[in-house]
Amino acid sequence: MKVLAVAEHRFGNLNPLSIELLNLANKIGESEAVVIGKDVSKFASELAKHADKVWKIEDASLENYSPDLYVDVLSQLIAKVKPDLILVGNTAMGSEFAPYLAVKLGVPIVTDVVGVSKADGLVVSRYVMQGKIMVDLKVSTPCVLTIRQGAFKEGVKKTGQIVDAGIKPSKSAMRRFIGYVEPEVGEVDITKAEVIVAVGRGIEDAANIPLAEELAKLLGGVVAGSRPVIDSGWLPKDRQVGISGKIVKPKLYLALGISGAFQHVMGMKDSELIIAVNKDSEAPIFGVAHYGIVGNLFDVVPELIDKLKAIKK
Amino acid sequence: MENFLFIRVARAFGGEMKIIVLAKHAPDPQSEVGVASDGKSLSLGAAVFDINDWDRYAVEEAIRIKEKLGGEVVVVGVGKNCDDTLRKCLAMGADRAIKIPLDAGIDAYQIAEVIAEAIKNEKFDMIFAGLMSQDMNNGLVGVLLAGMLNLPFATAVTAIDIKDGKVKVKREIEGGYQEEVELPMPCLLTIQSGINEPRYVSVMGIKKAKTKEMKELNISPKSKKVEVVKMYLPPVKKAELITGDPGQIATKLIAILKERGLI
Repeated sequence: MKVLAVAEHRFGNLNPLSIELLNLANKIGESEAVVIGKDVSKFASELAKHADKVWKIEDASLENYSPDLYVDVLSQLIAKVKPDLILVGNTAMGSEFAPYLAVKLGVPIVTDVVGVSKADGLVVSRYVMQGKIMVDLKVSTPCVLTIRQGAFKEGVKKTGQIVDAGIKPSKSAMRRFIGYVEPEVGEVDITKAEVIVAVGRGIEDAANIPLAEELAKLLGGVVAGSRPVIDSGWLPKDRQVGISGKIVKPKLYLALGISGAFQHVMGMKDSELIIAVNKDSEAPIFGVAHYGIVGNLFDVVPELIDKLKAIKK
Repeated sequence: MENFLFIRVARAFGGEMKIIVLAKHAPDPQSEVGVASDGKSLSLGAAVFDINDWDRYAVEEAIRIKEKLGGEVVVVGVGKNCDDTLRKCLAMGADRAIKIPLDAGIDAYQIAEVIAEAIKNEKFDMIFAGLMSQDMNNGLVGVLLAGMLNLPFATAVTAIDIKDGKVKVKREIEGGYQEEVELPMPCLLTIQSGINEPRYVSVMGIKKAKTKEMKELNISPKSKKVEVVKMYLPPVKKAELITGDPGQIATKLIAILKERGLI
């Protein structure tokens, strides 16, 4: 089986997930990578250590990512290489252009895949219900899969050949890149905190944030939040933990009413000690926490605050 | 065709916007969801259903643009039981609804296909979809539809600015960064949660919704792209559980924190 992995780079760095795509490709069959940009030699050399072959697609118009131009040049390469399987990272970039590519190729697509096995076609595994349930899907080849970060960390070394594909965009981009907007800098840098009290949807209301703040203060830490809390405006954006927010590794991460969606877990899983309080015993957060409390945070937190106050006296 | 283009361009420059919004009636994953006895489908008898959270933001954004520039918001739902969600969108301020009574499960291709067919005669300026559905988490229908209709598109949109017939958007990428891009119209945008603060449905809104059109279109998908082999609870390493009444739990927590030198 021939596998084509579409590498990703931004801000001059190769996304490590690109190597994970090749780890998977090498497990399944013959691995080829493609990297797109203005000057991609540096990325191609890195990829060649993990692939049988690396295709370079270079053009001045490809300096910044554009979904329609990516699909345009990838379609040309795919017509030439004829892969059985196309792998794309399930990132802000990959999850955007991959479905469009699948439609243009007229092939199936499965997103956010964490497991792949060969059957009559392929059987792929992914989560539904935000991590609570898993589904195995049968999909015919050729197809496009977007791959979740961290699912294929182990791989073999290769010394692949780097080839200029000689492909140029056949049109100009429909969508114009303007620029990047940097994250807002707030008064607290949660990545520097040793203790984080993080709140999720279970905190229920902005009026309950001070409860978390009181606990954080007693523990010498700061308050952070998961996506729903930030979306609701209960905490500022710079307090968001997750892939689209901050990656934190405190000594203590106390997760209050956080369900544990993958996007959040990737931002806090390397914390030294994780304690989670959630009403739902099936919440995925208990899969990453060291200690779990199945219960109401509004029962547990006031007790904890009282006991901490008593110790401080 | 020329005439159609002229009308569209005139509308874009004149300000009026016709926006199609896709809205899914979906179970809340934080309610009681499980696997059915066939091992291939979801058990949702005790689940709480509502408008998909991302779609709520998409509907709100479309209504805000209409309120500012004038125009029309048409909401499209796929599913035999999506009436409540469509009525909610009408009550929020959408003008009319199209219901396609098809239960396509996890197959996003089929959903996009029937929507493409349903809206082929609508002369829209923009299509909004939620970034993903809260139950299946595919994040596919929007972009598949863009591909089927050859539309420029952007996903995970966090801000929209319409000017001179073009749409400038910010889209969320990793690490708190955003990417700013400009698209011509018509185009398709998938909306990230948090882009706005969705309104609550008013009593007046609910009354008005009853007089608004909800058209049902029976469309069958042509393709089947994926097949469910099995559904199951994921194997997870479980946290060590701390049990007892709240007081006992707090005492045990204090002991753990002391042992680790955290207090």
